[in-house]
Amino acid sequence: MLKQMEGSRAVAEAIALCRPEVICAYPISPQTHIVEALGEFVKDGSLAPCEFINVESEFAAMSVAIGSSAAGARTYTATASQGLLFMAEAVYNASGLGLPIVMTVANRSIGAPINIWNDHSDALSQRDSGWLQIFAETNQEALDLHIQAFRLAEELSLPIMVCMDGFILTHAYERVDMPTQEQVDAYLPKYEPRQVLDPAEPVSIGAMVGPEAFMEVRYLAHAKQMDALRLIPEYAAEFKKVFGRDSGGLVHSYRTEEADTIVVAMGSVLGTIKDVVDEMREAGHRIGVLGITLFRPFPIVQVREALRRAKRVVVLEKSMAVGLGGILATNVGMALAAKPIDVYTVVAGLGGRPITMRSLHALFRRAEKNDLDPVTFLDLNHSLIAKQMERERAKRRSGPAAEAMLRDVGVVAAKLA
Amino acid sequence: MSFQPVKFYQTGTFTVGNRLLPPEERSVQSQEKRYNSINSGHRACQGCGEALGARYAIDAAMEATNGRLICANATGCLEVFSTPYPETSWQLPWIHSLFGNTAAVATGIAAAIKVKKLKGERRNIRVVAQGGDGGTTDIGFGCLSGMFERNDDVLYICYDNGGYMNTGIQRSSATPPAARTATTMAVGPEPGNVFGQGKFVPAIAMAHEIPYVATATVADLRDLEAKVRRAMEFQGARYIHILVPCPLGWGTASNETIRIARLAKETGMFPVFEAEYGEVKSVVAIRHPLPVEEYLKPQKRYAHLFGKTPQVEVIAKLQALADRNIKKYGLLDGGAR
Repeated sequence: MLKQMEGSRAVAEAIALCRPEVICAYPISPQTHIVEALGEFVKDGSLAPCEFINVESEFAAMSVAIGSSAAGARTYTATASQGLLFMAEAVYNASGLGLPIVMTVANRSIGAPINIWNDHSDALSQRDSGWLQIFAETNQEALDLHIQAFRLAEELSLPIMVCMDGFILTHAYERVDMPTQEQVDAYLPKYEPRQVLDPAEPVSIGAMVGPEAFMEVRYLAHAKQMDALRLIPEYAAEFKKVFGRDSGGLVHSYRTEEADTIVVAMGSVLGTIKDVVDEMREAGHRIGVLGITLFRPFPIVQVREALRRAKRVVVLEKSMAVGLGGILATNVGMALAAKPIDVYTVVAGLGGRPITMRSLHALFRRAEKNDLDPVTFLDLNHSLIAKQMERERAKRRSGPAAEAMLRDVGVVAAKLA
Repeated sequence: MSFQPVKFYQTGTFTVGNRLLPPEERSVQSQEKRYNSINSGHRACQGCGEALGARYAIDAAMEATNGRLICANATGCLEVFSTPYPETSWQLPWIHSLFGNTAAVATGIAAAIKVKKLKGERRNIRVVAQGGDGGTTDIGFGCLSGMFERNDDVLYICYDNGGYMNTGIQRSSATPPAARTATTMAVGPEPGNVFGQGKFVPAIAMAHEIPYVATATVADLRDLEAKVRRAMEFQGARYIHILVPCPLGWGTASNETIRIARLAKETGMFPVFEAEYGEVKSVVAIRHPLPVEEYLKPQKRYAHLFGKTPQVEVIAKLQALADRNIKKYGLLDGGAR
């Protein structure tokens, strides 16, 4: 059924259709609207039986999720940014125990300086946590991916983060096709846990494991993640059968036929990039896009195949590996190891900095001329940085940097590039 | 359950021969078909107070629930000595997640059971969470308070041995003043743990006005069993704080665990009481009042107080703390106030 609605609400309705049994919630922007809506569904009885628990921290949220999942309940939570970092210990624990929790990450930057706007720093900080990570490009995809996520998580006994761009998707009103309960019931089987806390068949979960078996247990986590590379295309194909649309999968190529330059990116910025590519294609540029839907496990073979014929690759990512360059770019680089292809890293849109079509046009044209540094920070205000550097050279106690730079900018509100 | 109607003996002054009691009052542990929730063969130190406390507490909870119990366990000695891979001592469904999240994990289990019950997929199952004082009063305190505040249907048991024994005897917020630990060494002008710090979590639990809070020691295991049984009669958040001497950390002989625990109670250093909805309901009175030296002297963690020049002022300060407990909880007259 077609509906015009907020991304968060759409995701909440999709989650409700998946019949979760325990939901734990702790508020953090920009994820909050999702759990607010779910809280409403539980309170008004439309989602029942389901326990909605207002916890005292994200660490508790993930811990409650661990308990309920281990006791055999389909479990959901959502977080973002600092919240994801605050629950990090439990995030690793959930995957280590093999508990199929589904969590939305409404992607947001990480402080300091504190910033509530979108980038991918939060989810990518947990890239080695053992969770599967899927990135939605649109609200429709966000909604669809959550339905697929429960199926995938429960089949593999591994937790999944469904990542959607904070504000850009969570707070955007778009048209979505909301599935029916019958469709979701047909697609998503009842949760049959591989391990469950049950007095009739008592097991110990979470015992201490020494060097004699630790590596094997950890390897199994890797092997199971790699198995997702096989399952995800199957589940996406089945999804198409039931719901009638393409959603999910590993990677998505767009106008890469005979492309010399391929831009790689994740999430909602793909829309902007595709518009720029359309315009450049019309002007005769041989340029295309590769959207990465699945980030963990990283679809290394599919990425290599999709970029095989490119002369150069521009990885545009909303994250950075401080002291190195890019996170996504490093992963893409691994797929292209031993290939004679130039890989340019472009760090863009940190802390909600708009990524405009104008900037992308200029960026891609420079890439075509091989006129990019290995690592580029898109639309960086160099004079602002120079000024701060100078201040720090001039005086030992130069004071807090962010505040001084804000004073230099002269306005508190974010400026559009 | 079969029992012997014969009765004829009584031992010592603190112990009533089990067979003198009517069957419903007999110790859970005395029964042939006790649950043995934590089985023998685990790797606790000799004389471990925590192992003893856990055995009595969990078996009592198992009996109260007819074996329909799930246990969440914090990181710590109890977790480590009971489950070195691939062995486990636990004869009930048991989960260890992290050091600081046990109360929240238990909340999750209780929530899952509630939903599964509503769906008719499972019968009623109760949940117990347990951890040491580090996992409870320090790192797990946020999750514990959250579970209390929401009044989740969980019994949380803290085994208090006054420090981080698993990591090598470091100070926790339950370490008593003057006690030597690896991070409050018996050196300098004020050796041992400082005065004026630390917290007594049973009182904080009571401030949450949860249905049931109790303290106990491993010196009076019948009292402990009775309190666990009582706790299981309530729905909602419940808390039992058990003093469990640690021979390794306290520097006591392994055959002294029960005597030391009894001295903690008899000197007033550890008040034994139970409370309902934030109000103290009963107190276990001191039977033979003793000065705190009796409790301190056998413990090497207080050895610096009894050197060539005894630290009389410090001992007096500890006596004052005991006197305060005695007055506050009415320990001499059993709480008659």
